[in-house]
Amino acid sequence: MNTTIMLFLLQDGITNGAIYALLGLALVLVFAVTRVILIPQGEFVTYGALTYASLAAGQMPGTAKLALAMGIAAFAFDLFVARQALHARLVVRAFLTNIVLPAIVLAVTLYFAGQKPPVAICIVLSLVIVAMIGLYLYRIAFQPLAHTSVLVLLIASVGVHLALQGLGLLFFGAEGQRGPAVLSTSFTAGALRFTGQSIAVYGITIAFIVGLWLFFGLTLYGKALRATAVNRLGARLAGIRTSLSGQIAFLLASVIGALSGILIVPITTLYYDSGFLIGLKGFVAAIIGGLVSYPLTAVAALFVGIVEAFSSFYASNYKEVIVFMLLIPVLLLRSLAAPAVEEEKD
Amino acid sequence: MQSRLPILIFALVMAAIPHLPGMPPFWIVLLDNIGLTALVAMGLVLLTGVGGLTSFGQAAFVGFGAYTTAVLSTTYGLSPWLTLPLSLVVSGLLAVLLGLVTVRLSGHYLPLGTLAWGLGLFYLFSKLEFLGRNDGISAIPPLSVGSYRMLNPGSIYYAIWVAVILSALLTMNLLDSRTGRAIRALRRGHVAAEAFGVQTPRAKMLVFIHAAVLAGLSGWLYAHLQRAVNPTPFGAQAGIEYLFIAVVGGAGYVWGGVLGAVIVVVLKEVLQSYLPLILPGSGQVETIVFGIMLVALLQLAPGGVWPWLMSLLPERTSGRKPDTSLKLEARTRAQSQSNVLLQVEKARKQFGGVIAVNSVSFDVQAREIVALIGPNGAGKSTTFNLITGVLSATSGSISVLGKKVDNAPPQEIVKLGISRTFQHVKLVPDMTVLENVAIGAHLRGHSGPIASMLRLDRADEAKLLAEAARQIERVGLGEQMHQLAGSLSLGQQRIVEIARALCVDPMLLLLDEPAAGLRHMEKQRLATLLRDLRDGGMSVLLVEHDMGFVMNLADRIVVLDFGTKIAEGTPATIKTNPEVIKAYLGVAA
Repeated sequence: MNTTIMLFLLQDGITNGAIYALLGLALVLVFAVTRVILIPQGEFVTYGALTYASLAAGQMPGTAKLALAMGIAAFAFDLFVARQALHARLVVRAFLTNIVLPAIVLAVTLYFAGQKPPVAICIVLSLVIVAMIGLYLYRIAFQPLAHTSVLVLLIASVGVHLALQGLGLLFFGAEGQRGPAVLSTSFTAGALRFTGQSIAVYGITIAFIVGLWLFFGLTLYGKALRATAVNRLGARLAGIRTSLSGQIAFLLASVIGALSGILIVPITTLYYDSGFLIGLKGFVAAIIGGLVSYPLTAVAALFVGIVEAFSSFYASNYKEVIVFMLLIPVLLLRSLAAPAVEEEKD
Repeated sequence: MQSRLPILIFALVMAAIPHLPGMPPFWIVLLDNIGLTALVAMGLVLLTGVGGLTSFGQAAFVGFGAYTTAVLSTTYGLSPWLTLPLSLVVSGLLAVLLGLVTVRLSGHYLPLGTLAWGLGLFYLFSKLEFLGRNDGISAIPPLSVGSYRMLNPGSIYYAIWVAVILSALLTMNLLDSRTGRAIRALRRGHVAAEAFGVQTPRAKMLVFIHAAVLAGLSGWLYAHLQRAVNPTPFGAQAGIEYLFIAVVGGAGYVWGGVLGAVIVVVLKEVLQSYLPLILPGSGQVETIVFGIMLVALLQLAPGGVWPWLMSLLPERTSGRKPDTSLKLEARTRAQSQSNVLLQVEKARKQFGGVIAVNSVSFDVQAREIVALIGPNGAGKSTTFNLITGVLSATSGSISVLGKKVDNAPPQEIVKLGISRTFQHVKLVPDMTVLENVAIGAHLRGHSGPIASMLRLDRADEAKLLAEAARQIERVGLGEQMHQLAGSLSLGQQRIVEIARALCVDPMLLLLDEPAAGLRHMEKQRLATLLRDLRDGGMSVLLVEHDMGFVMNLADRIVVLDFGTKIAEGTPATIKTNPEVIKAYLGVAA
């Protein structure tokens, strides 16, 4: 192999790795706060990507209607839980966040859908729609199960993944889609050509990592989230509403997922079911990071991306085998390094 | 554990079903699928629900079973009956290999690790030339007995359901045994089980292999039912599906696995055949509805459907009391002239910058009750953990009967006749008091997993249970013997822990705050029991905060403060020791 190919593969790997890093971060975040292993993370990716691509192609994405439907369900859940102590302020607030908001977004989407809006509007609309889906998803599917075991949450997560993937097929059809580039400039450095798209990928990934770091380190909400992650009961006793922490975590995860989708859909064709595999590679990174460390996850994600790029060049048949089997030695090292420590499960 | 009658009835019903007049052949196909799924789910019940090890990778073991027989019976022309043991062995051996890597992973690494190799193996199945890549292998010979060839779903039906019922029986036998109790204790963490001699890594490996072999059996049957294999049914999606079948049915119950298989297979079938009639034209509506129903089912019955159904039946708590006339051989005692049972010399334990135990020395003589007291955080429980091998000392030495046991694992310490209770009660809440206490006698039984499955362990088992029952009566909980440990008050649970520790037939009993949560009368009864034990030749080392209790009971008291021993002596001298008073009450400046 010559250096050009190597540099090219490296660049490709880093671009993919940056996306996996974003997804890995979201998975770590959601798991730490809610104990949910977020298998539907991949659906956030495809929903974001395909909503963006549909809007850009002048079509009406079904996800906007889904957001409203889920909002109505979330409103019903809110009312049902608070049925003993309903008061006007609570009802109005629930009505505003769960019904008025998605209704307005739906109206705006309908307005823009026919007229091929500019890229920026497509991005913002897609992000808002998927963010609402993430928020209501937590309310409907996971908040009622918040007290159960990781295993039950995991299975619920599988159920959500199946439902969302089926809905994805319903909304976007079986054909793959591509979207317009976020940034259309490009320049060359030596043998390598940097597209605006890949620059956007790097920039946004770095911005998110720094942003999350600032959010968790400096803001009160960030600290509340960390407290919930460490000790749920303790956080509640300190006055943190753990359901709110869960909602924030899902909100962030869905925005990150949608953004990743928007960033890759100009580079690769995405199908309604592509998200699962992309999300899983984020998983691999998150596991290598031990599901706790953000910087380690980011580094691991770059590594996964690079390994994937090189193995698709040398042994494209075994690309997926290599990526997933990559975990085994990592897990082996972790087993040998860490002695079996008792987990208190009381 | 349970009577065999319901299983016999179930077997008869299953045998009769194909003979019912007007039975649609399609239902038989459905039942075949349910049986195949139930086998895998049953393994997962043992692995995940009982043992606490979540695996997404079971579909890969089904694949190993199916591909083994597919390759051997087509390419090499072996008889399917010959490939049956080979399929099981391949699944089992690969389980050992994968288990060596994954089983030791704790918490959340484990499910993710299994997901990883599950996916990796799926891609391997679809890329390997000799496994036929994505097309798989076809023209697999059918099962046959003599000239009877099982060519259609109706004829292989019996083979499948005989396998399901036999596997269920063997699995239930295994759970209701010495090995089974060790497995059931795994979910509550290692420390308690290891304190009574259970080799937890081995127990985990055992359930892992058991689950893999059941999956391999399912794969073998699948290959001969379909007469063809391809990678699709062995992918990650299938692995995830098996797991949620077990969870929906009730992950802690063998029949929960079977019920889960019925629910999921039937639900999918119904959705696939009837939903298009209601909502025509739209693609994957059944997947959407299925996913939503799964979440709804979990929100309604988070513990699974089987335990929910069982709770509707009238409760039966009529456990038989074991025949306590059976005697278990006494533990073989080390010969020693020494009167010093336990000698702690300059033991030191450091956690990072914190010195929890700082050069503490004391001993425990034969027939003596020694109390370890001190304010909270003085290092009492850490000292216990050093003695019992849960933690290893940073420096210093600990000897039992004059022999150094520094850094020996808990399983070795208990063999020397030192047993313990825990400050935070570590019982298995969904096991009965009797079963919990019998874990204490683990090292005094001998039956292994195979003997347990085949019920060759009954003589051994009866003796273990008799010993457990005797100790339960000794501590005065005979009435509660068949209740679930989790339903007892905290004080009673502490007493159950003492009975469990007594089952070791110890020479030295380590009790961590045994009187906490007891009422006055119960404390007096406990004190009488401990005095009786001492008079019978046992020594006791206890950590306790109730000063009245300690002062009346102990022969000698060791006082710790901030990890350092500040005093030692009889209750009378300790009461007046100025250092001790200062540590407990502070001192006026």
